[in-house]
Amino acid sequence: MTEKKHFWNEYQKEIADDNYFYERSCIRQSFFPGSETAFLNILRDELGLTIIDDPNQHTCTGIGYHSDVVPFETTMTVCARLFSLMTDAELKNYVPSCVTSFGVFTEVVETWEHFPEELEKTRKFLREATGREFKIPENIAHPSDIIYKYRKELKQKMKYQLVNCHTGKPLNAVEHIGCHYGKIFSKHAVGGAEFPQVLAGMIEEWGGKVIDYPERRHCCGFGFRQYLVMSNRGYSVANTKKKFESMEPYKPDFVLTNCPGCTMFMDRWQYTIAEMEGKTYDDNQMGIPVLTYEELTGLLLGYNPWDLGLQVHQVQVEPLLDKLGIKYDLKDKFTGKSGTYLGEPEKPEYLKVSYE
Amino acid sequence: MKNWGFNISKPRVIDWDTRDTSEYAKIIEKVPSAQRCLMCGACAATCSASNHIDFNFRNCHLKYRRGQFEGLADELDKCMLCGKCKLVCPRGVNTRAIIYNMRIFLNDLNYKNIEQ
Repeated sequence: MTEKKHFWNEYQKEIADDNYFYERSCIRQSFFPGSETAFLNILRDELGLTIIDDPNQHTCTGIGYHSDVVPFETTMTVCARLFSLMTDAELKNYVPSCVTSFGVFTEVVETWEHFPEELEKTRKFLREATGREFKIPENIAHPSDIIYKYRKELKQKMKYQLVNCHTGKPLNAVEHIGCHYGKIFSKHAVGGAEFPQVLAGMIEEWGGKVIDYPERRHCCGFGFRQYLVMSNRGYSVANTKKKFESMEPYKPDFVLTNCPGCTMFMDRWQYTIAEMEGKTYDDNQMGIPVLTYEELTGLLLGYNPWDLGLQVHQVQVEPLLDKLGIKYDLKDKFTGKSGTYLGEPEKPEYLKVSYE
Repeated sequence: MKNWGFNISKPRVIDWDTRDTSEYAKIIEKVPSAQRCLMCGACAATCSASNHIDFNFRNCHLKYRRGQFEGLADELDKCMLCGKCKLVCPRGVNTRAIIYNMRIFLNDLNYKNIEQ
């Protein structure tokens, strides 16, 4: 049997080497608070790269834009202000933490390329509103692109591999790519829309096995408008359920995502499905852990799981940590940075959150 | 139980991995001509019942074939078994016998309790 052809090889993108301007996500710092700090630490401490985290940054309007609340002219102007911060920092490589932001920025820049009059109009709006000027970034890369680019270098520094320490077999990983990473402009995704390699490349490089299941490219269930109105959320959770039903027979050890919404919904909706229908998609009723790529990289590099914020995940990660052979102290789990005990969250009725 | 304010929507996708299509095999055993049906809808177009009420034999036949039994028994009760559909079928399908047997088998299936 001949080896399967890797069509994604034809879809490659340029990822800047160094000197990045970082833009944080609106929601990640609440839902997965350790991820962005871990990314900055990995770039600065492990790879020795320069990345600026400007405190004056703000939203890209992504959630409002995709919910039809914010008009595109406003979005372009708000994005232009973010670009002006990058210009002030004398940088040319823009790195938005959020996949939705990544989609918005690529869409805005693409619009300006094809419709120069829109660019001039945006410059005028920004000048009138703030008195600021901006340059268009030479390179826009998602942080997962950068981790993917340096995956081999990071592997050299890693203390753990994606291997079950009890059986010696590779861990089964589901990789889920945010829709706005490659489905809007496939040319801006490593591997295009159909075969995005950005997370699969990390998993394979670090010793894991990527599961190819039927609904692999299906939406996580976020979809902005489907979620924002409560009465529509049944549609949102139905999408997540469809994905988990599809991946369940392959017995994944964890899910890896590169989008704030995907991480949030694939993690939290497991709790909702468990409480509504008494169903989890693993064998021990604890659910399938969902990690961001920064959390996974940090774990394998030997960072403390609780410093990475893994205790605020709904589906608890201890079963995965045990498989990886990562040592952790449960006493530290709910202890804050100052050393004070923060208290444990309320336990769900069906979903197990600890070994019993 | 918490009040979530929403339920998990049921998808309209027909999942062939979970559908029970074995019941249709029994129809074919009883009425072999059912296999010749190409779902043209001539039966539904000529149906006396559908001239007056909302009834569609082609649709009922398709649902039974797919294993979608919900509400089907009530639909089939609308048929008067006049057999006009059988006269116009271009493939010579014994449509009347299909309806008759679907009714019998649905009764055996205790269809009133079927949940999709």
